[in-house]
Amino acid sequence: MAALQDGPMELDTEKEVKPEILSDGTSNLSGNTGNGALSSSPLTAAPAGGAPKQEDQQTLIAVLQFLKRNKLSESVEILRREAGLAEDQVDSLAADGSGGGKEDGGDANSLLSRVSIPAAAAPQSTLTPVPVKRSEDHPDVRVVLSAYNQQGDPSLYQVYYSDLKNFIESVLDCHRAELSQLFYPLFVHMYLELVYNNNEAKAKAFFEKFSGDQECYYLDDLRVLCGLSKKEHMKGNEALLDFRTSRFVLRISRDSYQLLKRHLQERHNNQIWNIIQEHLYIDIFDGMPRSKGQIDSMSGSLGGEAKREVNKAKVFYGLLKEPEIEVPLDDEDDEAENEEGKPKKKKTKKDSIGSKSKKQDPNAPQQNRIPLPELKDSDKLDKIMYMKESTKRIRLSPENLPSICFYTFLNAYQGLTAVDFTDDSSLLAGGFADSTVRVWTVTPKKLRKVKSAADLNLIDKESDDVLERIMDEKTASESKILHGHSGPVYGVSFSPDRNYLLSSSEDSTVRLWSLQTFTCLVGYKGHNYPVWDTQFSPFGYYFVSGGHDRVARLWATDHYQPLRIFAGHLADVTCTRFHPNSNYVATGSTDRTVRLWDVLNGNCVRIFTGHKGPIHSLAFSPNGKFLASGSTDGRVLLWDLGHGLMIGELKGHTDTIYALKFSRDGEILASGSMDSTVRLWDSTKAFDDVEMDDFTAATGHIHLPD
Amino acid sequence: MAEERRFAEVPRESIKLMAESTGVELSEEVAALLAEDVCYRLREATQNSSQFMRHAKRRKLCVEDFNRALRWSNTETVCGYGAQDALPFRPLKEGELFFVEDREVNLVELALATNIPKGCAETLVRVNVSYLDGKGNLESQGTVPTAVQSLSEDLLKYYQQITRAILGEDPHLMKVALLDLQSNSKIAALLPYFVYVISGVKSVSHDLDQLNRLLHMVKSLVQNPYLYLGSYVRSLVSSVMYCILEPLAASINPLNDHWTLRDYAALLLSHIFWTHGDLVSGLYHQILLSLQKVLSDPVRPLCSHYGAVVGLHALGWKAVERVLYPHLPAYWANLQAVLDDYSVSNAQVKADGHKVYGAILVAVERLLKMKALSLTLATEGGAAALPGTASGAVGFRESSPGLSPPPEPLSEPPLGIASHLQAGGAGCPWEEWTPVSLPAMYCELYSFFGDSLAVRFSTDPPLAGAPPAGPCQPLEGKKELSSVAPNLESTRKMPQLTASMNISPRQDGSPRTEPQPPSLAATAPGRSLARSSSSSSSVSRSRSSSSRPGRSTSQSRDIFPKARFPPPQAGPPAFAFIIGGRQMGRRCQGRRFQTSFTPTPPLTSLPPRAYAHKLPVIGRVSKPVRRWTCSHYSLHLPL
Repeated sequence: MAALQDGPMELDTEKEVKPEILSDGTSNLSGNTGNGALSSSPLTAAPAGGAPKQEDQQTLIAVLQFLKRNKLSESVEILRREAGLAEDQVDSLAADGSGGGKEDGGDANSLLSRVSIPAAAAPQSTLTPVPVKRSEDHPDVRVVLSAYNQQGDPSLYQVYYSDLKNFIESVLDCHRAELSQLFYPLFVHMYLELVYNNNEAKAKAFFEKFSGDQECYYLDDLRVLCGLSKKEHMKGNEALLDFRTSRFVLRISRDSYQLLKRHLQERHNNQIWNIIQEHLYIDIFDGMPRSKGQIDSMSGSLGGEAKREVNKAKVFYGLLKEPEIEVPLDDEDDEAENEEGKPKKKKTKKDSIGSKSKKQDPNAPQQNRIPLPELKDSDKLDKIMYMKESTKRIRLSPENLPSICFYTFLNAYQGLTAVDFTDDSSLLAGGFADSTVRVWTVTPKKLRKVKSAADLNLIDKESDDVLERIMDEKTASESKILHGHSGPVYGVSFSPDRNYLLSSSEDSTVRLWSLQTFTCLVGYKGHNYPVWDTQFSPFGYYFVSGGHDRVARLWATDHYQPLRIFAGHLADVTCTRFHPNSNYVATGSTDRTVRLWDVLNGNCVRIFTGHKGPIHSLAFSPNGKFLASGSTDGRVLLWDLGHGLMIGELKGHTDTIYALKFSRDGEILASGSMDSTVRLWDSTKAFDDVEMDDFTAATGHIHLPD
Repeated sequence: MAEERRFAEVPRESIKLMAESTGVELSEEVAALLAEDVCYRLREATQNSSQFMRHAKRRKLCVEDFNRALRWSNTETVCGYGAQDALPFRPLKEGELFFVEDREVNLVELALATNIPKGCAETLVRVNVSYLDGKGNLESQGTVPTAVQSLSEDLLKYYQQITRAILGEDPHLMKVALLDLQSNSKIAALLPYFVYVISGVKSVSHDLDQLNRLLHMVKSLVQNPYLYLGSYVRSLVSSVMYCILEPLAASINPLNDHWTLRDYAALLLSHIFWTHGDLVSGLYHQILLSLQKVLSDPVRPLCSHYGAVVGLHALGWKAVERVLYPHLPAYWANLQAVLDDYSVSNAQVKADGHKVYGAILVAVERLLKMKALSLTLATEGGAAALPGTASGAVGFRESSPGLSPPPEPLSEPPLGIASHLQAGGAGCPWEEWTPVSLPAMYCELYSFFGDSLAVRFSTDPPLAGAPPAGPCQPLEGKKELSSVAPNLESTRKMPQLTASMNISPRQDGSPRTEPQPPSLAATAPGRSLARSSSSSSSVSRSRSSSSRPGRSTSQSRDIFPKARFPPPQAGPPAFAFIIGGRQMGRRCQGRRFQTSFTPTPPLTSLPPRAYAHKLPVIGRVSKPVRRWTCSHYSLHLPL
């Protein structure tokens, strides 16, 4: 079986497109930004501006060579044009590049392996140009692995490693915790190197000896790793490619780093030093070495911690200004009993809810930073309803907990995979493992669909109640079934105006359903692997989806192609959420990180590490300042978006957290877990404590009582 | 790291066998390579399939998930195993074969059948509101009737008919009703009503017949595949427990056969635990506690005690080991007093006492056998199983898919949730519970039951076979023999439990740790066998064992297999337990007997035919005991 995969990897099937990730967080996918309008033009490359430097050109040529080799002539052409290179220039340069200079010879592949900045723009196929940055299939494995040259005597690996281990164990306590971070990445790389060089027995012995030393939260990775003992198996192993292609990021204080460097130089331990140089990224900071607890709270992700600079970008987490809506007075008949003057009351009411929207929040993005759909009349009516209801709202607090309304799905044992509500709790949608999507009404109002075209011809179009007449009373029912997917439905999301429903499925499509006709309107194809989650923007129109192909995509309902592709995660994107101001998207992944992406330019603006298991749920606080994430490790972590820091850890659950939601005012966070409990957390307490702190003390942990 | 070994390994013999079946002859080398590759691919596919499970928000990996993973990696899917129900692996004792049961379907019959199965009930949404007051949950405050479908006329009628039929006089009607209850897919809405009816056991404790009918009703509900019992299972279990444990008004009259009712209820309890383990796992320790309470309460009538014993027996041998066994010494005194009272007035109580005695005997017998079996498995899985001996069996079961369920369930139902209950259970004595070794246990039990225990072993149909007890010249151990021999004479009266083990040399050359044999000798107190040191470390096998040099066990264990079998066998160690002794008769010369049993070995690497010459001699032998105690296998213990 392994032998079959020996041949050179080619773009044989479109299914296998998986954007390779060479460097984190710099995936600027749509280049033509600036003017603030989201463009959906299919191809937006980001070539190096001006005259490319020699090195960039080399890289470019390497990419061109690769494309040529895979017979993607059109892509070659486009890229060449974009880069402003003449054809002969390419050839000559290529010859040049192969002729001299690089010690690895002229193989474009080996050049590729040194590509450190993503600079290519290549549509994945000539037929459907999509703004994918780079579309190599599986990165050519031999290229990726080529860095594992035989260095040093394999039998000495154990000596090297235990030497380092002894050294780290002997240093001062304050440095030990920091340097211990090295163990895991070094261990993995040394093991892989042994395997790659066909030292199976030695690799196994190495694993046996040192795998027990690794932190317990890497256990899942180790389990994958230990199965891997043949070079042939390294190809096609995704977890492995991640480790190879991305540099593991460590954060170490300068003192500790100096200590390590000195030791390795003294011992001439070149093997370890090489690995550190080639495969690790050490983020050195000045200051006190961090404690074990601090390190543990941040580590655990597949790619190490986030580099400090990636979380430096400014995030406009404030909310958008609420549109001014004239509330018609006669609309408030239900409050007519109040003897107070209605207009006055209205005023005060508006102030109470709209105080933050009255004056522009300094942290809010510009109102038109992302083009948003115009409000329709029905939306305005909804807003009015919402405002009215919010005045009746009781402030929640630990003393004043909400009552709970359970919706039980009967006879859905093991079949229900995803659920969503409309904001006004009138509709309920469920995604099922049998590929269906079911919509229920939970009010006495039944679900009606628009009559068929033939019947529509018969109605009186001039009548006042034409909107009523077009609905088919005869087929009205409490629930409707939507057929169309061909695999389990993993995510459903209602549009804010309750006219549409999105569903994402294992069949790699996202479908848009009309809740007027209860038919499928569009099938969005772009993900080539199962789509784990999807969500509508809070303003409608846009939606985001994320799947097994490790990218999240931003779509607009009227475009069949994605507007943005958010690439950077090292493993499946398991959940996707829109920021309340619609300018950002948060994604949680199996690589145990949460990322925040800017919708405007596709940049990754925050990387949050600290979870010890795949993340399965995310929730933004209603004020947009905070993000909560829940993972299989049973913990909920709270993040401050503005500062890019972890601000709290909610411990209590014992199993995967599949659902998170803030109350409307954000006082209470509810978490639902596989351990069969729903817990309510006092989030005001967590956030207030943080706001007292100034952020010099990095991560203050708050442990809330249940 | 022991955990790292927790995955399936496909032995190269299987690969060769499969290749042979398609007509390809594979060399040893190719088979080894292929086997390794297959293992890797299997692991990879399993790891991939687990994410489909996670996203479907399930805990149980389905065939469907696995197939999806296969499909996405461009591999052909496995067809024909998509059923929702569990696919039980069945062992075929004679051939050492395990297979998935696959009954033949008569297509003609199926096609012409008139009773076309009804679809299962419609998926519905129901609403339930509960209010919180800052202190915690209150009782649910009733339902909101929006999406709620109230009981329809038809269902109501059905309910009346069924209850009337089951509780009525006509046995034929009852049978039909029960059958329908067992297979009807549309009665989910009626479940609470039925459960309510069943909870009426307490009011009919004088009527054995009604009790029986209600228990049958429980059975039908439990067996209905369309019903999700949910929290109602608690109520059902409590009704069943009532029938097992309570004195019952019906038992006042000795003519009433309430024993059978208790047996049946216990059987039902075990059925519930094995079919709905996920629902009742939280109840497990509660039930154990209540059984224990009854058992330790001398005021309770003997029939209650009987119920407790059969209940424990039904919950599996571990329950017996943890509750009954530690209680036995205390309980024995009471029982002995009853049994020794020959007065006429005591006749009835004494008869009851004998019932209890019998039940205990059956329970401990299985305990011993299963314990022996688990020891074997724990050793074979030595590399895979977790260190703790108590959890060894459980861990092992998960870890080796190749090992299909043994004839007796080895482990308890999943106790994940229950384990914290256990800590909270006030005054429950199993905090200080420590596993007792098999020989020690046998010793103690023998002191209660005497030979009747050993007789159980000799008369029972043996589990499988043991190697023939022919002369086997030991190369080492002579010295030990001489030191032990005098001992033997004095302990001759007690039947011997002898364990022998066969660890075949491994040939795959992988640097794995050699499994350590279980220490049977180490824990036999007071009998300082010289070898106790050699194997005492096996109980606390820890992570450090991975670095233990070489195969520490080989010096003594290899002798036995080498003498008999051709060497090229890589496989798990085979165990044989032999109990032999002299059955004490009225006269001083009792009948000599010997029982040997090997626990059913798990699916091993050997193709079936290789076992042919290994088939054991079963049953009693007429040879004198001395003969084979002297022939000492690797281990022999005068108990």
